Amino acid sequence: MSDIPGELKYTKSHEWVRVNDDGSATIGITDHAQDLMGDMVYVELPEIGDSLETGKECAVVESVKAASDVYAPLAGEILEVNETISESPEVINQDPYVAGWMFRLQLSNNEALDALLDAKAYEEIINSTDQ
Amino acid sequence: MSLKTPLYDKHIEMGGKMVDFAGWLMPVHFGSQIEEHNAVRQDAGMFDVSHMTVTDLKGADVRDMLRLLLANNVDKLQDKGKALYSCMLNSDGGILDDLIVYYLDDNWFRIVSNAATREKDIHWIENLAKDFGDVAVIERPDLAMIAVQGPNAKEKTYAALGDALREHTESLKPFYAATVGDLFIATTGYTGETGFEIILPGKAAAFTWQMLADKGVKPIGLGARDTLRLEAGMALYGSDMDETISPLEAGLNWTIGWSPDDRNFVGRDSLESQKKEGASHGIVGIIFKGKGILRRHQEVSFSDSGPGSVLGEITSGGFSPTLNCSIALVRAPATVMPGSACQVNIRGKMVDAEVVKYPFVRNGKSCL
Repeated sequence: MSDIPGELKYTKSHEWVRVNDDGSATIGITDHAQDLMGDMVYVELPEIGDSLETGKECAVVESVKAASDVYAPLAGEILEVNETISESPEVINQDPYVAGWMFRLQLSNNEALDALLDAKAYEEIINSTDQ
Repeated sequence: MSLKTPLYDKHIEMGGKMVDFAGWLMPVHFGSQIEEHNAVRQDAGMFDVSHMTVTDLKGADVRDMLRLLLANNVDKLQDKGKALYSCMLNSDGGILDDLIVYYLDDNWFRIVSNAATREKDIHWIENLAKDFGDVAVIERPDLAMIAVQGPNAKEKTYAALGDALREHTESLKPFYAATVGDLFIATTGYTGETGFEIILPGKAAAFTWQMLADKGVKPIGLGARDTLRLEAGMALYGSDMDETISPLEAGLNWTIGWSPDDRNFVGRDSLESQKKEGASHGIVGIIFKGKGILRRHQEVSFSDSGPGSVLGEITSGGFSPTLNCSIALVRAPATVMPGSACQVNIRGKMVDAEVVKYPFVRNGKSCL
């Protein structure tokens, strides 16, 4: 079973979002996504200062098996990226929700958070596609 | 409905992530593909290859038939137990399948061919066999097959299966097989490492797998099998070759038994004329040290290998755990030579790569 932390928000395209105390949002890919893809070997991250549009591709993860775009769950400006995963992509496999975060975003619009899935809704989606 | 090998329950028990492969439910990995890859390069791993097609050919006229069936010359097999890699061609010289044939005795040869081509192969062989007097084509779905590969594969196999095995197989050279009780043990493989391919009764497979695991042989999935064979520069049927491609175009010139001149084999006429004109394409290896992964179907352009745009296409590509960068086999114009530069279109971005001689890796070490 995939790990789906209750305090995070999710997208159908398997990104997770953590809202930080300062109002910024940290984003990564879910445990289910890393499990589907297998061993990660390459990550392409956005640059600090980049503006993201909701639903647009903003990063790439490549595993031994496949390349996959990562879509921006929310609009905003990149504040920070996780250089650790550029050097060691396997960290995403080992710890997708903490050490394997991808980037931190200054949100353009807080209401957009309401459109994201909660853990229960995300779990239902991955269970229905697993069948 | 998907087929299951006799090792299916073992794979589930050992945490195999199962996928459909040519109609079979097979493990793609048991956790980490890269760790499995490295286990084979550095220690010992085992693969369930029971989905592959084992066919016994029995009778006094089998050798005669194989002379016609195979592009390689079966008369290279004079020692009992010797194995030969060959393509089986259609009359246009296209590759129907690649296979290994073992010579067991004058009335008995064994063919191991691919899983996805099973029905086509059997049909083709049976059809050809009709023109020969004494040839029986016997499929062996009752048999399972376990490949144990890696620098410690042989020692760990002896530790698991007993020293009687050592006595009969220790002096086997590469590409030979011996029969020990119920076990058919061959020094063949698809990884570029030493080891065995063991053909055994299906009912003994789970037990044997467990004994090997108990001695520290790691279960390996199809994912690592693919990266291991790619590093070893071994062609994969359906990717690097198919019915539209001849061995001359697939980097398999060495598998064509041209001599003697008077041996007729299916596809020979087409190959002869292709050889005379010169094959337009071949397979080259490329290596890419930047960020990103070479994958099948990506387009490659060879700027310094001829006038205008000289294009090729990746037939097998991926991450090489041993070299820690990306490698690929490319179907390229015959003018392209190792050492030349090329550009690969990776998801719309052109990156610089280099043409190199393959294999990329043998016996745990880089060949570059």
